[in-house]
Amino acid sequence: MDNAYEALADEGEEKHWAFGTGFTAALTGVDRALPAGVERADLVVYCLMLGDDALIHAQRLAEWCSRAPELEEDVALANIALDLLGQARLLLSRAAEVEDAGRDEDALAYLRDEREFRNVRLVEIDCGPGPGGDFATTIARLLVFSSWRLAVFQRLTASADPVLAAVAAKGIKELAYHRDHAAQWVLRLAGGTDYSRERMIAGLTQVWAYTDELFTTHPVETALGGVAVDPADVRAEVAEVLDTVLSAAELDRPEVTQVAALAGRAGRDGVHTQALGHLLAELQHVARSMPGAVW
Amino acid sequence: MDLEREFERVVAAEHRVEPRDWMPDGYRKTLVRQIAQHAHSEIIGMQPEGNWIGRAPSLRRKAILLAKVQDEAGHGLYLYAAAETLGADRAELTRNLVEGRQKYSSIFNYPTLTFADVGVIGWLVDGAAICNQVPLCRTSYGPYARAMIRVCKEESFHQRQGYELLMTMMRGTPAQREMVQDAVDRWWWPSLMMFGPPDAESANTEQSMRWRIKRHTNDELRQRFVDMTVPQAERLGVTLPDPALAWNAERGHHDFGEIDWAEFWRVVKGDGPCNAERVAHRRQAHEDGAWVREAAAAYAAKKRERAV
Repeated sequence: MDNAYEALADEGEEKHWAFGTGFTAALTGVDRALPAGVERADLVVYCLMLGDDALIHAQRLAEWCSRAPELEEDVALANIALDLLGQARLLLSRAAEVEDAGRDEDALAYLRDEREFRNVRLVEIDCGPGPGGDFATTIARLLVFSSWRLAVFQRLTASADPVLAAVAAKGIKELAYHRDHAAQWVLRLAGGTDYSRERMIAGLTQVWAYTDELFTTHPVETALGGVAVDPADVRAEVAEVLDTVLSAAELDRPEVTQVAALAGRAGRDGVHTQALGHLLAELQHVARSMPGAVW
Repeated sequence: MDLEREFERVVAAEHRVEPRDWMPDGYRKTLVRQIAQHAHSEIIGMQPEGNWIGRAPSLRRKAILLAKVQDEAGHGLYLYAAAETLGADRAELTRNLVEGRQKYSSIFNYPTLTFADVGVIGWLVDGAAICNQVPLCRTSYGPYARAMIRVCKEESFHQRQGYELLMTMMRGTPAQREMVQDAVDRWWWPSLMMFGPPDAESANTEQSMRWRIKRHTNDELRQRFVDMTVPQAERLGVTLPDPALAWNAERGHHDFGEIDWAEFWRVVKGDGPCNAERVAHRRQAHEDGAWVREAAAAYAAKKRERAV
């Protein structure tokens, strides 16, 4: 049998593994002990917040797979979804480890109910390819989300939890690319045709109604001073980034009423939009219908 | 005539033909058709597996599956680029696909009904694709051969991941083992059909072999696949759904049962379980994305104008 890989493998690699065997696990060598003075339950919730944001956004982005406007975009959106899924796995694993109750990343992703998810509502709403949005709405959300998360992660690199600091250090390179990718599309769609400009404005308007929640400080973030980032602290910085992109695209910042919280509670407290239940039904269905199965 | 003789000499000597070299029209057309069909297969192939990304039952499996489907888009891109070196136009090839004028591998006209199908597609469908494609890494047209090296490298990764998923499921619950066997039962025969019609009925084989586009006949490759797969099935603990499957010591190969060629031709001609759905999905994505592509083109044109 022909072996096509022999010519491809690097010097000294095993020839029957096409990519060689030189992988190192993410976060190797990072101190995983609970930092002194940190309330275990608070750190679990904080890891879930950041992890759920990434997981749910990844699930939404993956819906584009095989439906993107061009193949290059299928590749790019899948890539971004994979980065976020990777961040989600590290963060949910950290939550499970700190919780120390025998759960793992999959138990947290697949066996929690809607009210236990801690993501911001921005990531769960349908922004396309479903009927709730289109490519422009997806790009608008990606711009807002990645600009915000990048600002948060930049500060999180100084976290007193070495694991969060390492996750953030790895994530900022990814998020900078996501933000750049979204910004490029905002310029193209705003400056392309009349129709695309209209769609871009509509998309930004739709997602802008969920932005206040991103900058609202949660009690857990206050309790975890030195470990967590207070999102209120990044509001000005994120606004400046978004204004720069919008002004390059000759767009105004949308003026919209924010989608109300429920008695002051929203995604961070497990109070979501109706969309999340449906999203989780899809995400969790197989895992839940075969108890005891191994994957 | 001298050009043609020189060309025949180059391919017979196992040298590569490059985009600027002279080549017979028939060679160019055969390659464009083959590479385009291959590219279309990668793109349509995103759908059956993409069907399970949202429901993958562990985060690791979700990441593996999403990365795999992303790789398929990437393969489609390299292959369209290879076709473009022969003067083909990607937009036109895409039109041929969405308007049903050009074919793609029939295997993707079958539905994926359980998560085990993801594993079985990796094992059998990617396995069959590798048997078909590894010889193409030495095909006479340089850009195609080079694209195939990358494609094969990634396909082999996918195959291993598929097999590993099945191994894991076979060590799981009885319901999981049943799920794997059911998926094997549904995909085995269509996988054998992936090598195309029997040699006696294969219209393009002879010329393609002389031009070193193709290096083995359909039946040779099919036999190689069966021989390779039988021991893997045993290790996995599944039964391949063919009572005639048996080792033939005299031939040094496995004998296997008669393929249902009527079904093969039915699916090739458009009447498989998912033909209409697959093309409609692609066409919908293409049409829904038209305004985005137009916007990108308009924006690029404006930028160029401003730069002048």
